[in-house]
Amino acid sequence: MLTCRQVTELLSEAQEHRLSLRDRAALRMHTMMCDGCRNFRRQMETLRRISRSYAPSTDPPPGEDPPSK
Amino acid sequence: MRSGALSVARYRPVDLAGAAAAASRYHDPRDAPAFQTRGTLGERVNQKDQTAYAAGDERATPALGEPATLAALRMKLLRFATLQLGDKHLAEDAVQEALLGALSNLRSFRGEAALNTWVFSILKNKIADQLRQRTRRPEISEAFDGNDAEETLSAFDDRGMWKSTHRPATWADPESAVVDHQFWRVFEACLEHLPGQQARLFMMREFVQLETDEICQALAIKPGNLNVTLHRARLKLRNCLQQNWFAAGETPC
Repeated sequence: MLTCRQVTELLSEAQEHRLSLRDRAALRMHTMMCDGCRNFRRQMETLRRISRSYAPSTDPPPGEDPPSK
Repeated sequence: MRSGALSVARYRPVDLAGAAAAASRYHDPRDAPAFQTRGTLGERVNQKDQTAYAAGDERATPALGEPATLAALRMKLLRFATLQLGDKHLAEDAVQEALLGALSNLRSFRGEAALNTWVFSILKNKIADQLRQRTRRPEISEAFDGNDAEETLSAFDDRGMWKSTHRPATWADPESAVVDHQFWRVFEACLEHLPGQQARLFMMREFVQLETDEICQALAIKPGNLNVTLHRARLKLRNCLQQNWFAAGETPC
């Protein structure tokens, strides 16, 4: 039985290449019972989507009044 | 004052387009005359602007590609490119090219965000090309954030299970986060908190979108090391985002 820590390692690695059948089966077993790791899996996908749409912003910091004259 | 504002508005884009067009004649920016080479774009633009402001109206509407904003964007891009390429001069060249390309098309952008996105995607492509050309011999030792293991693994208890403080929760509505300026500020702050090598490799994978074998080749690191580093970066980043955005949103302010 995989620990949560091992599961996160595999789920991270799954972002790079397709895992072996054995690993995928072990992951499925674990995530069926563990909502933390299930959320982690979803978050890895979200993190990738977020990163792909990132671009540096040049907004001024919020909530600051314009400098007084 | 109306005429002053008009002349400022007209003056700027024409000049930038001119400068960019002049520069685009040179395939390699290093062949360009001295005034277009590294570091001078922001200064040039700045100078022009100050002259224009002095001569014109203070209330002139800040146009797209406003010098202060451009300078801020340039600094951010430069930091990113330097981290990725590990070479300040190469980074400056790449940023310069990306910015000049955008400035010559300034009028085709609808708003700051579109401009920034465009410039950043050009820059990412340039960095990817640069890195793909690299084939470095294996290094004696890469500076890995080895002693960071403890902090990263503090997410788990002795049996390797999530600690309740670090347990991933459901992230509500990430789709609306990405159109929120505040979110991107949190995202950038979280990236800032990653140790250098983690930030570098994460961005190389997720921003520049190199494949892992390409990263390994460019930086002469082992796949195992890359996986470990990416795992740590992702763990930390997701924890930071959860603490500061996704969970923070649950309590009304």
